[in-house]
Amino acid sequence: MGKLVGQPIKRVEDNRFIKGEGKYTDDFNMPNQTFAVYVRSPHAHAKINSVDTSAAEAMDGVVKVFTGQDIADAGLAGSICGWQVDFKNGDTMKEPPHPIMVADKVRHVGDPVAMVIAEDKYTARDAAELVNVDYDVLGAIVDPKAAVEDGAAQVHDDVPNNTIYDWELGDSAATDAAFENAHHVTSLSYHNQKLVPNAIEPRAALAHYDANEDKYTLYSTSQNPHLARLVIGAFVLAIPEHKLRVISPDVGGGFGSKIFVYNDECGCLWASKQIGRPVKWTADRSEAFITDCHGRDHVTDAQMAFDADGNITGLRTKTYASMGAYLSNFSTCVPTYLHGTLMQGLYTTPAVHVDVTAVVTNTVPVDAYRGAGRPEATYSIERLMDTAAREMGMDPTELRRKNFIPAFDGVEQPGYQTQVALQYDSGDYETNMDKALQVADYESLKATRDKAKSEGRLVGIGFSTFIEACGIAPSAVVGSLGARVGLYDAASIRVHPTGKVTIHSGAHAHGQGHETTFAQVVADAFGIGMDDVNVIHGDTENVPFGMGTYGSRSLAVCGSAIMKSVDKVKEKGARIAAHKLECSPDDLEFANGAWTVKGTDKSVGFGDVALTAYVPHDYPADEEPGLDFASFYDPANFVYPFGTHICVVEVDKDTGEVDVTKYVAVDDCGNVINPMIVDGQVHGGVAQGIGQALYEGAVYDDDGQLLNGSMLDYTMPRADNFPMFETDKTETPCPHNPLGVKGIGEAGTIASTPAVVNAVMDALSDYGVKDLQMPLTPERVWSAMNSNGNA
Amino acid sequence: MGYTLKVNVNGKAQEDDVNPRVLLVDYIREKLGLTGTHVGCDTSSCGACTVHVDGKAVKSCTMFAVQADGADITTIEGMCQNGELHPLQAGFKEEHGLQCGFCTPGMIMACADLLENNSNPSEDEIRHGLEGNFCRCTGYHNIVKAVQHAAENG
Repeated sequence: MGKLVGQPIKRVEDNRFIKGEGKYTDDFNMPNQTFAVYVRSPHAHAKINSVDTSAAEAMDGVVKVFTGQDIADAGLAGSICGWQVDFKNGDTMKEPPHPIMVADKVRHVGDPVAMVIAEDKYTARDAAELVNVDYDVLGAIVDPKAAVEDGAAQVHDDVPNNTIYDWELGDSAATDAAFENAHHVTSLSYHNQKLVPNAIEPRAALAHYDANEDKYTLYSTSQNPHLARLVIGAFVLAIPEHKLRVISPDVGGGFGSKIFVYNDECGCLWASKQIGRPVKWTADRSEAFITDCHGRDHVTDAQMAFDADGNITGLRTKTYASMGAYLSNFSTCVPTYLHGTLMQGLYTTPAVHVDVTAVVTNTVPVDAYRGAGRPEATYSIERLMDTAAREMGMDPTELRRKNFIPAFDGVEQPGYQTQVALQYDSGDYETNMDKALQVADYESLKATRDKAKSEGRLVGIGFSTFIEACGIAPSAVVGSLGARVGLYDAASIRVHPTGKVTIHSGAHAHGQGHETTFAQVVADAFGIGMDDVNVIHGDTENVPFGMGTYGSRSLAVCGSAIMKSVDKVKEKGARIAAHKLECSPDDLEFANGAWTVKGTDKSVGFGDVALTAYVPHDYPADEEPGLDFASFYDPANFVYPFGTHICVVEVDKDTGEVDVTKYVAVDDCGNVINPMIVDGQVHGGVAQGIGQALYEGAVYDDDGQLLNGSMLDYTMPRADNFPMFETDKTETPCPHNPLGVKGIGEAGTIASTPAVVNAVMDALSDYGVKDLQMPLTPERVWSAMNSNGNA
Repeated sequence: MGYTLKVNVNGKAQEDDVNPRVLLVDYIREKLGLTGTHVGCDTSSCGACTVHVDGKAVKSCTMFAVQADGADITTIEGMCQNGELHPLQAGFKEEHGLQCGFCTPGMIMACADLLENNSNPSEDEIRHGLEGNFCRCTGYHNIVKAVQHAAENG
């Protein structure tokens, strides 16, 4: 541990946020700018007969109205899918077009048909109301499983049975054999419901085309500005990269929903060139509900087989995964490579088979949302574990202990090869669970639960021992699996003449605290202070080509790129220092901000070397001036954080309301740079996972209308829904990256949902309730308690 | 079409010709350039737009600017006094009560109203007091601690 690394250093970025001086996309304005409002379909599935824009165009203050036909006439393709997953039989994945605005048929409520640009946003909104679209409404399909049936509404003409691909992983025959020979089989069927990300900042864009330079600038709420530039430039609008600058300033939360390159922002860029003025667009919340990519929406049957001793002998799942109406950028990899590959969990399960059918439906597109596939996998495994323990009369911790993969550090002991493609890097699952049991005082919890039950109160304890794969990802590996991009990251370190340092990061922070943690790492590496280091991110003209922030990758991947640049600075610095000290670089050691000749008190400081590099009067003959290095880092493997979450609930017998009374999270994300930030990530992640378990879910009717498309109707978790969370950690370093770090951004969300539902099932164990569908609303819980069966 | 609006914002008298349909939050953000007040939902649900009007926390996305005529308005930019952070601003930083920072200004303004009415709230009172403000990042844990920090140090 260094002076700063491992310490709960207060965040430097907070200084602007607490004063209201953060700068988010909607805070920027340009001279002569206009305001855009999209006209969106009120129908889930309808043929467009005509679009009459005349009344809107006649309104004072309206600059221009564009329609889907204008986009079609311009020959623009629209956003793309970045991951190809082919059918089992080798047929190519179905990839229907996703135009910027549609001209022929709308496929979900919110599909854009026109764009009104006006002098101010009030006028733009008024004029949008005057665009008259004549539709023939068609039947809609919402249910992912029903979507494949003959006779279901066809979302795209060239996607028969709405099937994008079918896919499998694992040994089907071995798994079936395990089930044939099983002593006990536990089965669950559930809908991992569709979730709305609801980052509190709505998406926004400020687009400008400069005719003099033939150059576009886009301010955008993106988690990954370089990825946005690549997709927009190379695929959507055919703009050469050097003619497109994407700036992601402060971004108000993402949770995955701001990874994706949305057509809305592309439309603003295109329109700005057409009208010769900047175009600003900011979604309102209703628009966010029907345009931001949703998460989850898996319909799954899952089964686990056991022998007579409680050893897991097999796991199989069948999932219908909705992509929504179009394929968003990474939608196709979520139910496959981010879900199927995690299905072994942290157990020695010898046979696993995962089967996935991806479908289109008349709903908002679905893509990665905090956890992305891993929460769905963990939900299957961990719900099966607690359910099986109850069915077999075992303590859920005993069942887990019996099946854990033994500890391995990935150095002395090799990584653990699963049945579903992944090789885990390092893990010590039993130690982690024991720590959680100790923190929670499990024996006392059980006594409290049993006493409560004897008094007629419904208290339950639920577990989730989880593993996830993040730090996405080795480019060659994901490339072989269908990814159409590399997933390395990049960072440069510029040492200034006075020994101050600027880090240019390919990762983008939208709550993760990179400006603090990256500075901690670099300040310690050079023996300088936090105040001597500055972190720049979010502008494609200023930062190297990094792939951005998602998949809990920033520290594991971009942090490793930073460390590569640190090493380069130190190597060159040593050569400069050796020149000054008249010795060989091999004679030097670097500590406490200075290079010292080993065994002597002769040394030269970091600042002196920096100054020498930029004022090279007395300088090594064959050395370039300057101390400024960029590095790319392509990870050797995913990283595999894990942990144990224990949830205690009390269910109100009269109302069915679930109260989370205690929540213990013991996470292992490898080495910890800033424990305060790690805890904060866990808190937020756990809250989002509890949100799925108890409160959240997009509710569609059969016509494809989103019935809870506002924050008045969609149950966002509130402060009074949670207890104080109890967090602790074990630290099993990652063996394959320089900082020994794993990821923590998604762990809480991945872990918590099954822990909560397991706890409720434990509380209801005397009611004969076989299962409950999320969210566990009071109505569902009460109905199940009072119908003696499934709700 | 205009209406002459006179308000006092963060101690400074303002007089502007505004369209009566303009929301208070748009007046604050776009006319006055005080972009610390954010818009998260436009249905009074999320609280990102919370400001003080005559000392009371209100959601400025659901009020016309002209309804504030004659009022004293405080926004997040007015919370620092003589270069000193408000105890809540300090509390949010000390307790890591924010991540992306987008809900933070509204959260601080709502918390200030809460503490104005109850200088030593219990955890439950804080949690109930913040029902009108959403945070998607923190799970509210450290926001509760930030309010407690401010109550102890205010």
